[in-house]
Amino acid sequence: MSDRPSHRGFWIGFVIVLAALVVAPTVLPPFWSRFVTEILIWGLLAMSSDILIGYTGMVSFGHSAFFGLGMYGAAAALLSVRPPNLWLAIVYGLVGAGVVAIFVAYFATRLRDIYFSITTLVFSQIFYVIIFTWTEVTGGENGLNFRQPALGLPGWAGIPFTPQTLHWFVLAVVTVSYLVLRRITQSPFGMVLQSIRENEPRTRAIGYAVERYKIVAVMLSGLFAGLAGVLYAIQNKFAAPDFVFFLISGEVVIFNVMGGVGTLIGPVVGAAFFLLLREGLSRYFEYYLIPVGIIFTLMVIFLPQGFLGFLRRQLNR
Amino acid sequence: MGIPVEQILVQTVNGLVNGMILALVASGLTLIFGIMDVVNFAHGDLVMLGGFVGATTMAATGNFWVALLMAAVTIAVVGAGLQITTLRPLLGRDPLTTILATFGISLVLQKYALWQWGPSARQLQEPITGRFDLFYLQYPWYRVATALLAGAIIGALWLFLKRGTYGIWIRATTQDRIMASAMGIPVPWVHTAVFAIGAAMAAASGVLFGPMGGVTQTMGADFTLRAFIVVVVGGMGNLGGSILASMFISLLEAYASLFVSPAQAVIVSFVALILTLLFRPTGLFVPTPK
Repeated sequence: MSDRPSHRGFWIGFVIVLAALVVAPTVLPPFWSRFVTEILIWGLLAMSSDILIGYTGMVSFGHSAFFGLGMYGAAAALLSVRPPNLWLAIVYGLVGAGVVAIFVAYFATRLRDIYFSITTLVFSQIFYVIIFTWTEVTGGENGLNFRQPALGLPGWAGIPFTPQTLHWFVLAVVTVSYLVLRRITQSPFGMVLQSIRENEPRTRAIGYAVERYKIVAVMLSGLFAGLAGVLYAIQNKFAAPDFVFFLISGEVVIFNVMGGVGTLIGPVVGAAFFLLLREGLSRYFEYYLIPVGIIFTLMVIFLPQGFLGFLRRQLNR
Repeated sequence: MGIPVEQILVQTVNGLVNGMILALVASGLTLIFGIMDVVNFAHGDLVMLGGFVGATTMAATGNFWVALLMAAVTIAVVGAGLQITTLRPLLGRDPLTTILATFGISLVLQKYALWQWGPSARQLQEPITGRFDLFYLQYPWYRVATALLAGAIIGALWLFLKRGTYGIWIRATTQDRIMASAMGIPVPWVHTAVFAIGAAMAAASGVLFGPMGGVTQTMGADFTLRAFIVVVVGGMGNLGGSILASMFISLLEAYASLFVSPAQAVIVSFVALILTLLFRPTGLFVPTPK
């Protein structure tokens, strides 16, 4: 398998990009270095939702709930344990996102198409309202602030994060997540997901328990989204209800559409493009979301496969 | 129970009034969905835009009714323009792509409103200032008039769809797009007209809502979400169902806000939506499909 030329090309590209990302914080100025870290985190979130949008054909408008609960889960761990522990934050964040994911998966997967989208949207709004109004626990509108945990193995005294080590840590998590997700999408399980996307009644007729596959897909997606939330919380040292609001979910969908769904890498490219666009435009124009929205709408009409899909079609020609 | 009967009755009136405004928004949304399979994510933003146009016109002319008409006409034109430029090319594609495209439009409209009118809320002057005694409070006649007017607009729409020549065109297009087109009905223009009508209804509700809750650039998302809930609970594309569902949801929220804060009362309608989807996904207020 691995000596097929397309695979070799993939791994060469993978190593080059990875090497560039490893070197990035040592050569880039601090602002851009931090920017790349942020792209990786949003990229992970976008990748997680690609499992649903691109592979299973379910457009989730509720990924902000998983992301936000990852953030608040990490916050709970970092505020309750002294000194703040990185691994505990990850565990709590994953548990938070996982619980939400079970909840959403159980109800929302019974519905298809736009009904799935609307249900996930409504679920994320439920969690938003709860977090926004439950001020005693969640800090309400102001959110929660906490200290950054140190990087260290369990049982060892850790070293505090510097922007560089944080970048490498995020890069490591995102890379491992990518490889895991890639493996999953190429596994028999991933094939079933894609066949659900292509033809759900036929997949059911063949004998696959479609609902169970969908539930697992939503949970997987939710867990990785929660992981992205944990990373974001650690980078920014706060959790805020804004990140549970459905606009974040909308942005995640934008990342996917811009980059190209069903590719895993596409959504990361989409996130990078979106964030760069926002960064570039916001220097000149306060209401940068107007051109971003126009570009997005045009892409939905003219480039439904995103950048990667477009490139792929050009290359295959 | 500690809640006096008068309070429950006042909330019933409140719920019915809010329900009529919501019905006006939702019937536009469900009309658009029923006819062209477009899930309009920007519908609430059309409400918001209508409110702002109304507020601006009101400031210029001082007449509420002129403002209402102006907002409806302006937003109808805007809606027709949006439909022609972004939704017409998507005809026949997966309804999901229309969610994405209208989500982009919603972003643009919301930020445009922020740019043009700023972040502060605009309060419109009530055109009818009289009040009547409703138990312990002075209830504004304006709210009652709003409910009646919203009802009248919906009634007119229903009559138009039932009796008017163009209404019959619209219904024909809903039933069978290809056949309608074969009979010489200009289907693309029917779509544009329907979107414009839906947009005008949204704008009218924005203006009507203005004196009660004020117009802010963030109100769109709230209206979109609520209208989605109503349209799904009432049965997608079903006009009568969404009107009943508007009443149902608004009353639920009004009663819930007796116990919890209005911000939390929204959760009740979310739960209503989820229960509907689980046990009767075709909608509460439609006949059981065979």
